[in-house]
Amino acid sequence: MSSDVRFTDFKSDKQPTWCPGCGDFGTMNGMMKALAETGNDPDNTFVVAGIGCSGKIGTYMHSYALHGVHGRALPLGIGVKLANPDLEVMVAGGDGDGFSIGAGHFVHAVRRNVDMTYVVMDNRIYGLTKGQASPTSREDFETATSPEGTNMPPVNPQALALASGATFIAQSFSSDSKRHADLVKQAIEHDGFGFVNVYSPCVTFNDVDTYDYFRDAIVNLDETDHDPNDRDQAKAKILEGDTEYIGVLYQDENSVPWEQQEGLDQNMAEIPDGAPEDAMDLVREFY
Amino acid sequence: MPEDLNWAIGGEAGDGIDSTGKIFAQALSRAGRHVFTSKDFASRIRGGYTAYKIRTSVDRVESVVDRLDVLIALTERTIDENLDELHEGSVIIYDGERSTMQDVEVPEGMVGLEVPLKRLAEDAGGAIMRNVAALGAACEVANFPIDNLDEALEKRFGDKGEAIVANNRQAARLGQEYVEENYDHEFGYELATTDSDYVLLNGDEAIGMGAIAAGCRFYAGYPITPATDVMEYLTGRIDRYGGKVVQAEDELAAINLALGAARAGARAMTATSGPGIDLMTETFGLVATTETPLVVCDVMRSGPSTGMPTKQEQGDLDMVLYGGHGEVPRFVVAPTTVSECFWKTVEAFNLAEKYQTPVFLVSDLALAVTERTFPPEAFDMDEVEVDRGKVVDESEVDSWQDEQGRFQPHFPTADGVSPRTFPGTTGGAHMTTGLEHDGLGRRTEDTEVRKEQVEKRQRKVDTAREREEWDYREFGDPEADMLVLSWGSNEGAMREALDILAEDGYRVRFISVPYLFPRPDLSTEVAAAEDVIVVECNATGQFADVVEHDVLERVQRVNKYNGVRYKADELAAEIRETLAGDAATQDQEVEAQ
Repeated sequence: MSSDVRFTDFKSDKQPTWCPGCGDFGTMNGMMKALAETGNDPDNTFVVAGIGCSGKIGTYMHSYALHGVHGRALPLGIGVKLANPDLEVMVAGGDGDGFSIGAGHFVHAVRRNVDMTYVVMDNRIYGLTKGQASPTSREDFETATSPEGTNMPPVNPQALALASGATFIAQSFSSDSKRHADLVKQAIEHDGFGFVNVYSPCVTFNDVDTYDYFRDAIVNLDETDHDPNDRDQAKAKILEGDTEYIGVLYQDENSVPWEQQEGLDQNMAEIPDGAPEDAMDLVREFY
Repeated sequence: MPEDLNWAIGGEAGDGIDSTGKIFAQALSRAGRHVFTSKDFASRIRGGYTAYKIRTSVDRVESVVDRLDVLIALTERTIDENLDELHEGSVIIYDGERSTMQDVEVPEGMVGLEVPLKRLAEDAGGAIMRNVAALGAACEVANFPIDNLDEALEKRFGDKGEAIVANNRQAARLGQEYVEENYDHEFGYELATTDSDYVLLNGDEAIGMGAIAAGCRFYAGYPITPATDVMEYLTGRIDRYGGKVVQAEDELAAINLALGAARAGARAMTATSGPGIDLMTETFGLVATTETPLVVCDVMRSGPSTGMPTKQEQGDLDMVLYGGHGEVPRFVVAPTTVSECFWKTVEAFNLAEKYQTPVFLVSDLALAVTERTFPPEAFDMDEVEVDRGKVVDESEVDSWQDEQGRFQPHFPTADGVSPRTFPGTTGGAHMTTGLEHDGLGRRTEDTEVRKEQVEKRQRKVDTAREREEWDYREFGDPEADMLVLSWGSNEGAMREALDILAEDGYRVRFISVPYLFPRPDLSTEVAAAEDVIVVECNATGQFADVVEHDVLERVQRVNKYNGVRYKADELAAEIRETLAGDAATQDQEVEAQ
């Protein structure tokens, strides 16, 4: 790990095919900056991506990376981290990947509290399939598959996280690049599962949750008296529902990563050329 | 005087049937006798009917048989369930003082031994030991020295304190003495002991032990009958070697956890049964197309859907050979005995890493629940080899980078096997994806690159066919006109069936096939035989289909896989070319004649 790593070292030479103005550009830049600023380099970093526009991130970044199947990015990232806790693991996905097809994994990844970072590019729409309702779409949001709205309340990702025992919950906005990079950085530095939901507007298919909407609606938690270490305050803010807060909503300062609790500190890639020396003891157990 | 014995204890789930049976099996094994066990069980925690059966001999035993000599019946239903296997002279041990057993009628010709098991157990210190009192009674019937039980009781109850062990030993002796004093009957058994040291284990345990021996350090799974014993075996044990068992939220997560660990460089595995394989199939193509070494173990049970979770079937062969959308190579290895469960697991890890491909390790319920004796040398750890394949470290990484210094994880090599770097290797950073990708692992829809990658992945199979031995196990008469083929756990029963058939004058060549893909070419063997019979535990004959497929040579193949549909003129040209090739071959054949 060298200290002269710049965030562009995390950039691949592949040009993103995201629509011009897509929030994912800012989201990704913040991730790269945060990785560089926390002393990581591409050779010790593992990025896992889900499916959808956000899933392309592994291609546009330079690091060890795996682009998985839809919804399973979190188990992949946990597997990487447990096998080699020295790696910096960052999982990126969209709202569909994380809160619809992968919602079950989200709950259990939060519970397991492995030391990794999960960045969700939440645009409240399915973009790559050209505009259908997502789990975070508003109840009255009209799309090709919900012509009269979804008539269901949107998933509240932070509430889901808090109820599952989260130790770090943040909300950021892709166009507020400095603050976004800083929030991802805090998530990386957090000892445990760092969850950053990012308002990452879709300029093509979502004409409701736009840049203008977020600029107007956002309340910066840094400008309030919110104490992120106070779970009750976090709960109240998260359940309010109609305010778009950005900042760290909750952080458990006493968090101990699961892998540390379980005593995992070895690189599992390193194994002997044959059976372990005392392996015949395993056979003798069957006497 | 019979030296062999077919023995069982049966009752309701929750009666301690398994642990009692296991104590007796261990006692026999420690006395230098071979043991082969099986279980009748249902998918329930309490009630119903469950039994633990033991076949024991001084010689090797390979199978269960339809015969029961001594039965400890804790319920009346246990007798009814086993009427087919009980025979004239069979001994039934039961507690006639138990309220539910007072009206038991012992079938005609059989010997009923009423032993007050509960009362004897209470005399020894507690009613809970009634099953052990029954074991003592069984020792007397079988003429098996009761001292042999002591060590097994110590193993089972040692952690509960010496007093408990002593009480159990006493309960066993009270059971034995009761039979000795109250039944003046010559049972006719003489269970000899030998100096041989055997270990006793089941197929799931052998798979778990094989995984540790092979260097597996990461296991993720979701509990499911009959694969759970693999996970339970590894839990706690794999930790001693720096590994970890992770219980996932479902099988979707389990295979992805294992895949993540494998991408990080760990030897990783998951084990499940049919319903779990269905879920894992979602991720299977990703494992294969990202060329990640992974061992996926399927301990088969009766399907479809939830099927019969505690019953035997070999119904998943089509699934493991062909499951998943699209086409991608996978290896399928199916151990045929409990000890082979160990060795094939070791081999599965080597195949997975040498060819960077998922390996299905296919076992079945019969192997999973069978405990069998082996000399410990059957698991000689010095024989275990670990071959990690084409792993590239920092010193060699340069030679696998492109002109821009980018590592190429899917470089289309001549043998199809690409270099592999573990994360953390400087200069080896790369991505890979379930999208079709180029040599750099980046998505592409280029028709030429697509073709190149499909062929590269396929080439690994050709390479493996050349480099590895895909042999079969052969028994019986190699010159016989009758050929029997089978796969999986049928081997043991078929080997004993050969002896029975030989007594009736049948000469049979028996080939047991542990490799399902790639698999041995059986066309010569099939052609040489007059009758060919394929034996398997399923209704449609999935392996039989495979055998027939392999010997069929009539069809020529025209294929296109670059992502573009056929065009009419192109197709006409392809057909013409194929026919021309055909005609040329025929001409050559005519000339040769």
